[in-house]
Amino acid sequence: MRETPVTPVQVTGTVLTTRRVDAYHALTVVAPGIAERFRPGHFVAVAVGGAQTSMLTRRAFSIHDVKPDYSGTVEFVFTVRGPGTAWLAERRARDTLDLVGPLGRPFPLPRDPVTCVLVGGEYGSATLFPVADVLQQRGCRVDFVLGAASADRVFGALRARRMGETTTLTTEDGSLGLRGRVTDVLPGVIADVRADVVYACGPMSMLRGVTAVAVEFDIPVQVAVEERMACGVGVCMTCVLPVIGDDGVTRMVRSCVEGPVFRGERVRFDDVGTIPFDALGAPGGGSRNAG
Amino acid sequence: MPVDMRTYLGHVELVNPITTAAGCAASGSELAQFFDLGRIGALTTRSITMAPRAGRPTPRMAETPSGMLNAIGLQGPGVDAFLERELPWLAQRNVRTVVSIGGGTVAEYTALARRLTDAPGVSAVEVNLSCPNIEDRGRVFARDGAASAEVIASVRSVMRYDVPVVAKLSPDVVDVVSVARACVDGGADALSMINNPLGMSIDTEAMRPSLAAVTGGLSGPAIRPLAVRCVWQVHAALPSVPIIGMGGVLTGRDAFELILAGACVVAVGTALFHDPYACLRILRELEELLAARGFHRLADAVGLAHRPPGASTRHRIDLEESSL
Repeated sequence: MRETPVTPVQVTGTVLTTRRVDAYHALTVVAPGIAERFRPGHFVAVAVGGAQTSMLTRRAFSIHDVKPDYSGTVEFVFTVRGPGTAWLAERRARDTLDLVGPLGRPFPLPRDPVTCVLVGGEYGSATLFPVADVLQQRGCRVDFVLGAASADRVFGALRARRMGETTTLTTEDGSLGLRGRVTDVLPGVIADVRADVVYACGPMSMLRGVTAVAVEFDIPVQVAVEERMACGVGVCMTCVLPVIGDDGVTRMVRSCVEGPVFRGERVRFDDVGTIPFDALGAPGGGSRNAG
Repeated sequence: MPVDMRTYLGHVELVNPITTAAGCAASGSELAQFFDLGRIGALTTRSITMAPRAGRPTPRMAETPSGMLNAIGLQGPGVDAFLERELPWLAQRNVRTVVSIGGGTVAEYTALARRLTDAPGVSAVEVNLSCPNIEDRGRVFARDGAASAEVIASVRSVMRYDVPVVAKLSPDVVDVVSVARACVDGGADALSMINNPLGMSIDTEAMRPSLAAVTGGLSGPAIRPLAVRCVWQVHAALPSVPIIGMGGVLTGRDAFELILAGACVVAVGTALFHDPYACLRILRELEELLAARGFHRLADAVGLAHRPPGASTRHRIDLEESSL
């Protein structure tokens, strides 16, 4: 069952702490209003560059943690990819940040205590810890599979070991855990723990692989996708991807408002970055209209 | 004393001059999460097309200095879904709605306009002339005065007389004034400008175009001087035609600049991506700015920058206020 979206708010947050976590940066921001509305899977859209900036689009980050301190803090994890995230990485305690959130549809949670495998790629794992918290509160068993290219890019291994019944780590260069990818070990983990459901967040290629494994085992898989967004609130139409609806029709849906969490088998991963010919309103599909 | 912010689009009165730019407010409900849409002068919808459209592939957006490039490709549910769900939703909330329409042929625009004639809650129709013209091998109507006028005349002929038809012009032309004049001669009640000029950026890491569609529309403050110039030139040539000005309006000062150039309505676009409350903030800033300069009515500022050098606004206002 889908959770009803909560009303997002725009707040001026104050940076409480900044820290480096291996290859990543984590910012904790006092953001009342956002913290109290948060559910696992939500994200925030952050303005970068300050008041006179030439950078107009917001950067979207999934929320890693919320705490009730100072009437509500949110923490998000990011990596420096361009001038916007470089600016964010330079923020210090007491700086202010303009945030809109919480945004997106959160992870649906099982009603019964079931066994859940949480799969994270790179800093996508940051999103999974609040999910794990709530799942454990509901009596679910939680097992982690975390992976990345190298040891310094695996996020949250320690916390996963503390929280999960089991934690399996993979790196492509073999510098931590098993050499390989999360999808190499996932079938074994699902079989060993007799998983009922998979939750995943990470790069698109990883989500595709994880979905394929879950489909093989015939268990539900919930994925949080990472698509580039400009607004995060559903007005700019830039973050679309092809998703199959309840009626079997593929639509180009906005990952910010219809997602970022989708049932894995509904996302047409092979067609991301294209308009599938059979999508509603695809060129040639009876709506021929160049442009 | 509060400034009288009322303005007119043709004969349609708007409570204030701020609207959203086409394609920047989705169906309205997304922004309604943040503020009451009734507080802005009007909401302009994305361009409605006859059939549902899936738009262009991703990546659809690239950030550029003080701007962004987009190639959305008029993604939308088509006119049937619009009339069934989106327009009634806006009408129920008494949101004054400017419906933007897009098509590939004159017949398509006309058919769209005909569908809108019976629909309640349409305050005005904005004709997006920058869709590629299938009849003319992919050129856009907006590049050619005669082609634009043909679309406008056809839409005007089927549209209800009390619904203004607004022609949306592109700056990617040799002479924007001649296209504007052609549209007005064709029956346009108002003009809106500017649509996104075409731009391009290349990802120097991937060494490929940043957008899947290669080129895209440039928006944001980067194009504001272009918008001010177009509004200025057209207002100078056609001073009685109402103009919706748009292009990189981020602040009340930016809106004021377009008003001084000749716009009586100002649309906010890219700013909404950065700040969902941009419309209300810009409206407040504009009102404060007008009050600070001694204006009692917004209408007194429209096109004011066109007054000859040496003519003093202060003097004019003093005269109006004197009892002589």
